[in-house]
Amino acid sequence: MESKNIMIVGVGGQGSLLASKLLGRLLLSQGYDVKVSEVHGMSQRGGSVVTYVRCGEAVHSPVIDKGEADIIVSFELLEAARWLEYLRPGGQIVTSTQQIDPMPVITGAAEYPTGLVDAMRNAGAKVDALGCLALAEKAGSSKAVNIVLMGRLSHCFDLPAAAWDAALEAVVPPKFLELNRRAFALGRDA
Amino acid sequence: MKQLLLGNAAAARGLYEAGVAVASSYPGTPSTEITEELAKFDAVTCEWAPNEKVAMEVAFGASLAGKRSFCAMKHVGLNVAADPLFTVSYTGVNAGMVIAVADDAGMHSSQNEQDSRHYARSAKLPMLEPADSAEALGFAKLAYTLSEQFDCPVLLKMCTRIAHSQSVVETGARVEPPAKPYEKNIAKYVMMPANAIRRHPHVEQRMAALADWAETADVNRVEPGADRSMGIVTSSTSYQYVKEVCGDRFPVLKLGMVWPLPEKKLRDFAAGVDKLVIVEELDSFIETYCRELGLPCVGKALFPPLGEFSQNLVAEKLGLPVPQGAALSVPIPARPPVMCAGCPHRGLLYTLARNKCTVLGDIGCYTLGAVAPLSAMEMTLCMGASVSALHGFNKALGAAAEGKTVAVIGDSTFMHSGMTGLADIAYNQSNSTVIILDNSITGMTGHQQNPTTGYNIKGDPAGKIDLEALCRAMGFRRVRVVDPYDLAACDKAVKEELAAAEPSVIISRRPCALLKYVKHAPPLKVDADKCIGCKSCMRIGCPAISVRSGKARIDATLCVGCGVCSQLCKVGALCAAGKE
Repeated sequence: MESKNIMIVGVGGQGSLLASKLLGRLLLSQGYDVKVSEVHGMSQRGGSVVTYVRCGEAVHSPVIDKGEADIIVSFELLEAARWLEYLRPGGQIVTSTQQIDPMPVITGAAEYPTGLVDAMRNAGAKVDALGCLALAEKAGSSKAVNIVLMGRLSHCFDLPAAAWDAALEAVVPPKFLELNRRAFALGRDA
Repeated sequence: MKQLLLGNAAAARGLYEAGVAVASSYPGTPSTEITEELAKFDAVTCEWAPNEKVAMEVAFGASLAGKRSFCAMKHVGLNVAADPLFTVSYTGVNAGMVIAVADDAGMHSSQNEQDSRHYARSAKLPMLEPADSAEALGFAKLAYTLSEQFDCPVLLKMCTRIAHSQSVVETGARVEPPAKPYEKNIAKYVMMPANAIRRHPHVEQRMAALADWAETADVNRVEPGADRSMGIVTSSTSYQYVKEVCGDRFPVLKLGMVWPLPEKKLRDFAAGVDKLVIVEELDSFIETYCRELGLPCVGKALFPPLGEFSQNLVAEKLGLPVPQGAALSVPIPARPPVMCAGCPHRGLLYTLARNKCTVLGDIGCYTLGAVAPLSAMEMTLCMGASVSALHGFNKALGAAAEGKTVAVIGDSTFMHSGMTGLADIAYNQSNSTVIILDNSITGMTGHQQNPTTGYNIKGDPAGKIDLEALCRAMGFRRVRVVDPYDLAACDKAVKEELAAAEPSVIISRRPCALLKYVKHAPPLKVDADKCIGCKSCMRIGCPAISVRSGKARIDATLCVGCGVCSQLCKVGALCAAGKE
């Protein structure tokens, strides 16, 4: 059984917990052993957040360490760059191109770096960068960026579309299901 | 049914299946979700208590009455509850009692990274330590069996990575435990000296019996390994890192009960390997015990006494290959946590910064006020310390401090431990100004109700403590309420109360902007023709505001229209939608 290490990174409050819930449920339904590690509490308040999703025959550590991630899914460009060291050589980055200034940039103590996508590619990563915010808004809500990213991520797995949809249905409230289905499809097909 | 459960949810499931009837806790990361998940079961009477000491005493009372009981807290919460803990160890229990304590190595959301295992040893109580969600569920059930068999509360020790990781569990049905009718027993339950002297031998005998139990318990298991050059003793999340890195190569003694420790099992294990290695996060605990037994071992000489471990750290320290990744050479600006856009704490803390107040702070989201650009906090210690430390500060320095020093404390933290400090100010009369940041919720830990909100853990209407009436009843004549979105009103209140010749309380009241029932105004807009790029609006450190090309810019996905920034703009460039 193939094992995979997926990191979901972003800014606290962007909806990474729903994304990891979806992935966890999906992978469990496919017969994998799964561990998902989240961060709650203070770091959620607009800070850099990371969720680890691991699957395989038998998973021990709940976290992913430097050089171990097969895929990094990022809600924000700077965060993809911040966690790059966790990607294994030749690993895949799936990122939204959205940029959110961290406080040191807001206060002028630091600058938001430019050319990050190229820099990550030069470092050996495969980078799939997508304007997820616009796609989420097109689907009906700026909050659906997480599901747009999941749609995009679905290309990295050899799993049936029905399994993704079943996992989506299981984690999203019924009244938002159609919106999230649109978001998923927009991310997948963009 | 097989399902993925958070460690905390799995612990809650285990407690439920074991027939817990009464649970009382105070929220604290990373322990909070155990009680929140437990509250979803109608069969359990589940409550938030004002603090951990109260929670533990409630749980004890329920156990005394004959119902299986539970309380949960974070590591520092156990300090608050240490008083009942050490003596419940003497009285023992009637029905089973379980105390969950969650450590936070790496301090994801804590003010220190103390190691709770020392409490088990010093209070002379057994401590179980799960290594994944399935064990969290199973150990919670086992804890009740042990509690009733050995007549003592049992500590269930979690840590961030077990509490907040999901792994696969199999759930079962709830089994109602046998009835344990309450019986009057003064010698057992009244801990005055004459009785306590007679209880202490029971405590020592119990721990000896538990140590015997630990020798054969399958929660302490030896996993064989062909390479006997090294044998590893470990538990909790460290066990998972060891298995990740070493697989089945070395023999491993995996401890599910970390106190009391199995002496013979440790000696036998050590005798079968060339080198005994102890892998444990934070303090030397298992290692210290092994050294007391005279077993040569390597632990903290190799592994750090601080922070979280990981598989790469374990690999490096054991001399095994470590995976490498490629970092970027460009500097990546840090992204520390910040107060949310629209946070009601911001306006008040900005006012304190503007007035150059010395701010003694407390535990909550508002601690983030210490960060630039507000930098409006100069002390944070523990729950409630702002109020009592303010009294001490003012007593030490007198009028020079009284006119510019304040305490800031949230509503939940005030209920937890601030009231007693306020009583001290009222009693010993320092001319102190205490500011209660009442955002109508326990915010930092993710929105738990508390005695001032009027709702209970299930969201049903509950008793509601009136903060103004409470402060007045303590003897404060100057008690006033301000809206922290109104900077002029905040400024007036702070100036007047600091100038007043008697102690005072300011209640800065507005609900947390993240609460679902809070209605937000539309995002503000920047009139680029008026904006002169002076960055006055940036002084409040709102994550929704940035400056691009010399003009303020508002992120409409973050802005909740609180309007605090517009009160700082001298040219009227920041306006509510539709008012341009």
